[in-house]
Amino acid sequence: MAWTWFHRLGSPPYIYGLAARLTPWFAWTAALCILAGTYGGLVMAPADYQQGDDFRIIYVHAPTAWMSLMVYTTMAISAAVGLIWRIKVSHAVAAACAPIGASFTLVALVTGSLWGYRMWGTYWEWDPRLTSELILFFLYLGYMGLRSSIDDTQRADRASAVLAVVGVVNVPIIHFSVMWWNSLHQAPSVMQLAAPTMPASMLIPLLLMLLGFTLMFAALLLVRMRAEILSRERGAASWIREAVAS
Amino acid sequence: MSEFLNMGGYAAYVWPAYGLTFVVIVWNIIWARRLLARSREEARRRLAMRGEEA
Repeated sequence: MAWTWFHRLGSPPYIYGLAARLTPWFAWTAALCILAGTYGGLVMAPADYQQGDDFRIIYVHAPTAWMSLMVYTTMAISAAVGLIWRIKVSHAVAAACAPIGASFTLVALVTGSLWGYRMWGTYWEWDPRLTSELILFFLYLGYMGLRSSIDDTQRADRASAVLAVVGVVNVPIIHFSVMWWNSLHQAPSVMQLAAPTMPASMLIPLLLMLLGFTLMFAALLLVRMRAEILSRERGAASWIREAVAS
Repeated sequence: MSEFLNMGGYAAYVWPAYGLTFVVIVWNIIWARRLLARSREEARRRLAMRGEEA
């Protein structure tokens, strides 16, 4: 009885309809959070006492860097669930994650580079944090390349899932790189166990951005997942007729 | 206003960072929607072909 919700989540018609209903809620809340966070970050927050206005890059850098890790973790968990329980919807979710994750990992790398140039005096350094984040970008590209190189969807699902699961070891390496090694990159100011090391006027816009980007990922994932589910359904089930009718 | 745009001398770093982020957001939205529209169109075509066979 308690498990029926879990089984329904594995059923394409149910998950397709649920995703369609949830998308606008996630999307509009995300838009509100991101707009408010951008205004707060650019206008309301005071300039940093050491970094001046350059620190405002944090409001686009931290959320995209957070997304690069969160999306990968989501992808790896979905891929693992797909491998273990052979749930098609899980593989569809994993496949839908990769392009979103790759694009925002690239944004995290570029915004970090723009921030680093004036603070560190260089656009790029083979530093533990930067290098492991670059490897994450290549993991996404490898995942997508592997998928597109295999025509049979089931084989592509299984092979790419193994890559996604193995690659997840990189996620804690990225997160802890600034503590384990002597890195140029600053230590976390929000994602830590102690209280954040920022005044509220700086912190609130950042939290809004982190929430907004997370919700945006959910909305993008729901839309892409529906596309994946539809393209995987080869039959003529009545729910597909209904789904594409309007 | 020009003081705001100047970003304390960091305009050349702050604005490209924000610009790229918002371009990628918009691109992701368009890309995802286009993908869904295409999948729906293909599913519709498959259903129509089956209808003709029957």
